[in-house]
Amino acid sequence: MSKNDRSDSLGLVRPQRLAFDEPLALRSGKSLPAYELMVETYGELNPDRSNAILICHALSGDHHAAGYHSEDDRKPGWWDNCIGPGKAIDTNRFYVVCLNNLGGCGGSTGPVSINPETGKHYGPDFPIITVRDWVNSQLRLMDRLGIGKWVAVIGGSLGGMQVLRWAISYPERLHHAIAIAAAPKLSAQNIAFNEVARQSITKDPDFHDGRYLEHGVYPKQGLMLARMVGHITYLSDSSMRAKFGKALAGLEAEQGNFGRDLRSGSLSFGFNVDFEVESYLRYQGEQFSEKFDANTYLLMTKALDYFDPSVDYDGDLSLAFANSDCRFLLMSFSTDWRFPPDRSREVVNQLLRAGKRVSYLEIDADQGHDAFLLPIPRYIHALSAYLGNAHREICGHAS
Amino acid sequence: MRPDQEIIRRWIEPGSRVLDLGCGDGALLAWLQREQDAHAVGLEIDPANIEQCLASGVAVIEQNLNQGLSNFESDSFDTVLLAQTLQALDNPAELVREMLRIGRKGIVTFPNFGNWKSRLDLLLRGRMPVSDFMPHQWYDTPNIHFCTVRDFDALCREGDIRVLARTVVNSRHEGSWAMRAWPNFLGEIAIYHLSRN
Repeated sequence: MSKNDRSDSLGLVRPQRLAFDEPLALRSGKSLPAYELMVETYGELNPDRSNAILICHALSGDHHAAGYHSEDDRKPGWWDNCIGPGKAIDTNRFYVVCLNNLGGCGGSTGPVSINPETGKHYGPDFPIITVRDWVNSQLRLMDRLGIGKWVAVIGGSLGGMQVLRWAISYPERLHHAIAIAAAPKLSAQNIAFNEVARQSITKDPDFHDGRYLEHGVYPKQGLMLARMVGHITYLSDSSMRAKFGKALAGLEAEQGNFGRDLRSGSLSFGFNVDFEVESYLRYQGEQFSEKFDANTYLLMTKALDYFDPSVDYDGDLSLAFANSDCRFLLMSFSTDWRFPPDRSREVVNQLLRAGKRVSYLEIDADQGHDAFLLPIPRYIHALSAYLGNAHREICGHAS
Repeated sequence: MRPDQEIIRRWIEPGSRVLDLGCGDGALLAWLQREQDAHAVGLEIDPANIEQCLASGVAVIEQNLNQGLSNFESDSFDTVLLAQTLQALDNPAELVREMLRIGRKGIVTFPNFGNWKSRLDLLLRGRMPVSDFMPHQWYDTPNIHFCTVRDFDALCREGDIRVLARTVVNSRHEGSWAMRAWPNFLGEIAIYHLSRN
């Protein structure tokens, strides 16, 4: 069956590149004189332009959230299980907008773009972009598309942080803020993992102080290592046991399953790949290193580390939300140890202190942080129910 | 609307902030939002109920009442509701105290174990009461802390809680002059309106 024909799929979708000429002042004090954003939209904007939803991507995501770019694509966009006709984010009802954030490597202006001042790749000269800067650029996109108020801004992980920033910076521009598997700010442990990732990239001999593209190389080993350590934090102990313990599970009782499946059936007594998990991580790291830019990875991890909307309010997050008159939905996943349920609860409690209308669900899921990208029934149904009501309230019954 | 809910509605000022402990499918809060323009939040642990709340536009937080309410600020709500949940709590007295810390006023409804049918079950059959209204056997009931109207009156006295109003209804949520005269004997559901003394 052609990818165009699946009734619940968007089929083939096309990104568009939008240019913005007005300089964007950045949190760092620097400014981007002009920039481009890669954008995909799904569904139809209704006549009164009231049915738009913004999707914010996480660390390694981009504008391609759903559908396929070509008949040959093996995989659809990164959130295809959630976005499409009849799906939780229903493109029969909503006009869904997703962009590649500034500093990304999916086609929006970022370190791989050509710096007009030098005629070379920006590389390490690309300014550090923060979550606040992203939201400011998303606001300009919103104005360009002629959208007055989002039905909802939705995102998971780093995307969820953009959602919280929207609710704080532009509360009058969204009805609902939906932040999934997010955190009010990173913990020392979170920053520590990011620092290991950054060190592995910057210490790669092919990094060349970030000017690797000018040398015709890229820090493949460093990016691989960064992704491997990152990937471990996205999974849970139980999901790794299940993923890499299939052979053992057949032989022994469930509790004996430590996820230690061997790659070739016997130990090598050398420093080669012995276990499936090693092979898997190397493969994931390698795949990632071939399609992701190292400077973008550094920038994204810094955006995570710097996120803390309470800094402008003497550390009191509830004050940050004082003017947020949107409604909130937060969801977390039981085995997520990167941004565990307690981190979402912190946000919920600050929202309650601020007197906001907030809903919160703690979803039982084995998949760790990765769960926010997966079609976990309770999670998807909750999102669908919430957005169904939002659509009724904001867009009326006609759709 | 059921008569008991009509009673509750009359006790809730338009536009007030309402926290419902164990809000179920959110029907009462949805109604209070619509009829009284209430700023409502519910706490619930059952996933199906939570999803129904989301579908009805009721703000709901997944939170186990038995793990306390310390995340709620004092005086952050006008009214805190506890409808048909008291008897299933680990520590009902503590939760009633917490209700009146968080809310200026509280509304509590519970099945009255002092009702004549319950008394008759024990007296004549020698068995724990089971009815359509309280359908569980003693060994599988979620209701672990039954009390009577007079028991709850005593709790309020001891806890320095003011009873602003007290009424009872039958299992069809209807009241009568006889129930008002002998609430602990005839009432099946007790409804209290409380405040701090």
